[in-house]
Amino acid sequence: MDFSISKKQQMLRKITREFAETLIAPIAEESDRSSELDPIVFNLIKEMNFFGICIPKEYGGAGLQNDTISFAIIVEEIGRIDASWAITVGVHCSVVAYPLLIFGTEEQKQKFLIPLAKGDKLGAFALTEANAGSDAASVETSAVLDGDEWVLNGSKIFATNGGIAKTLLVAAKTGQRGRKSIFTVFIVDTDTPGFSVGVKEDKLGVRASNTSELVFQDVRVPKENVLGGVGNGFNIVLKILDFGRILIAAQCVGLGQAALEASVKYANEREQFGRKIGQFQGIQWKITDMGCAIESARLLTYKAAYMCDQGLEYGLASSMAKLVASEAAMQATHYAVQIHGGYGLMKSYQVERYFRDAKMAEIYEGTSEIQRMVIATHLLRQTL
Amino acid sequence: MECDKLKIFVCIKQVPGVAEVKIDAKTGKLVREGVLSIINPVDKNAIELALQIKDRKHAEVIALSMGPPQAEEALYEALAMGVDNAFLLTDKEFAGADTLATSYTLALAIKQILKDSGITEPYLIVCGSQAIDGDTAQVGPELAEELNLPQVTNVQKFEMIDERIIVESILRPEEIVVLETKLPALITVLKVINTPRFPTLIGIVEAYKEKKVTHLNASKLKAEKVKIGLTGSQTQVWKIFVPQQKGEHIKLSGSINEMVKELCLNLKEDKILI
Repeated sequence: MDFSISKKQQMLRKITREFAETLIAPIAEESDRSSELDPIVFNLIKEMNFFGICIPKEYGGAGLQNDTISFAIIVEEIGRIDASWAITVGVHCSVVAYPLLIFGTEEQKQKFLIPLAKGDKLGAFALTEANAGSDAASVETSAVLDGDEWVLNGSKIFATNGGIAKTLLVAAKTGQRGRKSIFTVFIVDTDTPGFSVGVKEDKLGVRASNTSELVFQDVRVPKENVLGGVGNGFNIVLKILDFGRILIAAQCVGLGQAALEASVKYANEREQFGRKIGQFQGIQWKITDMGCAIESARLLTYKAAYMCDQGLEYGLASSMAKLVASEAAMQATHYAVQIHGGYGLMKSYQVERYFRDAKMAEIYEGTSEIQRMVIATHLLRQTL
Repeated sequence: MECDKLKIFVCIKQVPGVAEVKIDAKTGKLVREGVLSIINPVDKNAIELALQIKDRKHAEVIALSMGPPQAEEALYEALAMGVDNAFLLTDKEFAGADTLATSYTLALAIKQILKDSGITEPYLIVCGSQAIDGDTAQVGPELAEELNLPQVTNVQKFEMIDERIIVESILRPEEIVVLETKLPALITVLKVINTPRFPTLIGIVEAYKEKKVTHLNASKLKAEKVKIGLTGSQTQVWKIFVPQQKGEHIKLSGSINEMVKELCLNLKEDKILI
């Protein structure tokens, strides 16, 4: 048992923190207000290799493959400053670039992964539909083979990065077995005729992260753009989500940490009834609960990342990490607003943004209810 | 072709990264444990200048630091920024060195590195103007004297043409001089000279995977014992303390306009503004 992180990982944390505090923090509030990602920061993030964190150098990445703990640390540190950027980077890397690395053919990696890892193109994963949310298997977007091309029709909603992405992974139905759809994951270039971006969502939190509707109207995709084999979509999606959840958990740990730090600072400054409010037990207990929840979440997140790197089955660990971390972030940001009192409700205090951002994480990448179902299924199977 | 490379030495210092340093009341020494350490900020500008030269010319950038073993972290950060080689001058015998003993030790290391690579010139040494902890601004100039090199301090603009450098230096406030000298030479730089780059993820990964920090101790440098550490120091730190806060803090509240108005009133009352 060794809880220490390597010197390299300490350096990654330190530099990412410095980068986020220096270059992302000043624009975080404005990005939240305008719901737009700052293009200058986008380029800086690209130069830092954040778009290729978990991708080997030969495919244009940073060379941190099989180092998911480093990945989690980086996303955590970005998330400590701005959840929207953590999501933009985390989703791009974990559910688009990473699956291409794992399931892609060499040709697909050369063509699609390299520009993604270099940050020349942004990626999005299109799964959710109006009638297929938690029940992901019931996707209706269809793909029909016509000669050497698949023809995609349908629409996806709530796609993170969707409106600004250039490369999509799209889950589409390619068959039926009983009541269940069989689906396949396709790599779709957004320049393909018939593709269009629909509504850009105006959200409660992570507002600067782009969430869009994606419309496919007779979008013709070459056969070689099938990722991981026809009909293999369900397995791929499950693997993608397992990995993605570690990064959502990391983003939540960073967010909870930010809420804790803001609360500690405020509790040590704000005076009421002639003393610092941090001297009141009511505040102390909240700070304690926040600290414990965040540290538990961090340990679960790193453990899931560790298991992933060790080649162990990590689905249960990543679901637990995502559930615990998102709820820890919710609790911590809720307390942070409460500790800040009236100021906590104001836009000029960051905890207001943290609170809205945290609620999002209890829902995206599998709701808390879905995580509980996944975890229960794992646990019940183990005890049988 | 190694000989054609211009060698650029950058001397950096690891300093505590907190506004209020902790000092052990008993020993009067810095408490380094639990304190975030950073590269002295203006030393990053020195690294950046060296890397910018390397971006344009065939050059090798070598970072040097003297300090305890944990100062290795600062050198790894320098390697991650793009520095090619790093040396940590570390030995219990170096402890307690003042600027004179430090510059003597740094000079020995530079001479040795030059000797080992078979190069005598041209080379350039870049230092930050001063460190945020000691704030002496002496190591750069003393190092130049040790090596008998021309030096220009407080450089805010830099240009290199072949083996000549043309620099703009601020000697006194509002007194800028433009100087030209031939290499080898030493310069100390100011923060305004550039904006240091962040190490990229690739830079960090490569620093730990493909590069290393070489440790040099007193015997490797064949250092004269009377010239290093506390023994070699002409000055000795008698006591370090955190200055007592004088005056009281006032926290203003209200809208920005109200706070600015109140601040101006206060400053006028104290005759700081007229």
